[in-house]
Amino acid sequence: MNRTVNQKAWFLVLPVLVLVAFSAVIPLMTVVNYSVQDSFGNNQFFWAGLEWFEEILTSERVHNALGRQIVFSAIILAIEVPLGILVALSMPKRGFWASLSLVLIALPLLIPWNVVGTIWQIFGRVDIGLLGWTLRNLGVDYNYTQNALDAWITVIVMDVWHWTSLVALLAYAGLQSIPEAYYQAAKIDQASRWSVFRYIELPKMQGVLLIAILLRFMDSFMIYTEPFVVTGGGPGNATTFLSIDLVKMALGQFDLGPAAAFSLMYFLVILLISWVFYTVMVNLDRRGER
Amino acid sequence: MSSADTTDIPGDLAPDRARARSARRWRPSGSTLVMVLYILFLMLPIYWLINMSLKTNAEILGTFSLWPRNPTLANYRTILTDASWYMGYVNSLIYVVMNTVISVAVALPAAYAFSRYSFMGDKHLFFWLLTNRMAPPAVFALPFFQLYSSVGLFDTHIAVALAHCLFNVPLAVWILEGFMRGVPREIDETAYIDGYSFPKFFVKIFMPLIASGIGVAAFFCFMFSWVELLLSRTLTSVDAKPIAATMTRTVSASGLDWGVLAAAGALTLIPGALVVFFVRNYIAKGFALGRV
Repeated sequence: MNRTVNQKAWFLVLPVLVLVAFSAVIPLMTVVNYSVQDSFGNNQFFWAGLEWFEEILTSERVHNALGRQIVFSAIILAIEVPLGILVALSMPKRGFWASLSLVLIALPLLIPWNVVGTIWQIFGRVDIGLLGWTLRNLGVDYNYTQNALDAWITVIVMDVWHWTSLVALLAYAGLQSIPEAYYQAAKIDQASRWSVFRYIELPKMQGVLLIAILLRFMDSFMIYTEPFVVTGGGPGNATTFLSIDLVKMALGQFDLGPAAAFSLMYFLVILLISWVFYTVMVNLDRRGER
Repeated sequence: MSSADTTDIPGDLAPDRARARSARRWRPSGSTLVMVLYILFLMLPIYWLINMSLKTNAEILGTFSLWPRNPTLANYRTILTDASWYMGYVNSLIYVVMNTVISVAVALPAAYAFSRYSFMGDKHLFFWLLTNRMAPPAVFALPFFQLYSSVGLFDTHIAVALAHCLFNVPLAVWILEGFMRGVPREIDETAYIDGYSFPKFFVKIFMPLIASGIGVAAFFCFMFSWVELLLSRTLTSVDAKPIAATMTRTVSASGLDWGVLAAAGALTLIPGALVVFFVRNYIAKGFALGRV
């Protein structure tokens, strides 16, 4: 799209700029401030230089949390993206059933995150939860508060439950935009179901799928509330992901310096990966418009 | 379109084919099966929550049953008659609505600017806005607490509404920009030639054109503000405490009152279900941020 050059457009952006600056830049500068200082209480601060950054970079605890986080996000993407596409392909195209399944599918997305945690906390308990009780009666030794593997499986299944719908809805929107004529052409060519998917549906979904992957990556990388409610980061540190570790450090132990340094590096990692996604997306957009 | 027969079958085999077709009609197809299984997977935990909310604590802990034997609304009564409980819902709804109004109001002109004009630093600004959607709330929890305490906004609804603008404003700009790009520029130009001023054009002509986009943006702001817990809990203590925080505290304080907890959880499903019902026709396009 050829947009006209107009510097006055800045005035239209100004409200957003002021608002976001107030709620993002000022707090972020506070974090930067803490990350290079040390405090002995009484609001006395001393210059600490890069000490905290070094501490975080060499900290075993942060490395482990980061490792768990990467594994978690990778598993989440590997399950949710294919499953979401499968659900989107299976959805009714129009009519009453399409509306009904849209509403039902979107429901988990609108549940407050701690309630999602609560639902699964109850659901997975061996004494009162349907899932835990059923598993135990089937003879499976399942206990998400004691066993690290069970805790992981619970958190992953919970996230799949919570967020696969987002991928499904995005993919569904992409599918809806494909003209019927494409399918008819494929039928005339006697294309197989697989080649319809591979050469018609997948390319048309490319843009929205990229958004889906971007959103799922960001949100799974920042996950806090749901595992916190279900497992509290345990057993031990088994499900302590980056955000949980950070909040423990900042609000629990009040280690402001290291927590601030941690925050900044955490933010930078997300920013870097998101920037790569964003660049790819913008390039795709541009190619689509041409 | 799983198995479209295009080959001709000789006449004497036609009854067979008809029978085969009717048999196929009654057998659930693969996609129906996937949908049924997926929706079952989504609904089971929710059913279990509602099931628990209709039981007394004695029944929950004493017997295991797939449905409540003696359904009781006592848990709901507890919540709806106790101000410390139901005010949680009121508080949440107040800041969610405030946030939605603020986010959409400031995002509208900005999205218009991004979709129509090119100006110095526009691409960088757009990406910078998006980075705020990508910022982990955990990073901002502590500085927000200090910022809002220092300006005297701690424990007010507006504090939470402003804090949630951090991720909702960029999202609203992103969605609206996507929808606005779909409106041809000629409409703007025609309106200017017809003598419309910018504000009049924007409100009278442009906003009705992207009404579905505004609805979708509002829906998303509502959704993300409604489900967020970390910031809203950090920024409130008594007067503006959201329902989500009320739930977590009651769990830790009074032991584990499973019935009331489940009832409180079940009640939080209602606003979301209502909102999603109203925007159901736009939701798919909306989730694609208007970029389909």
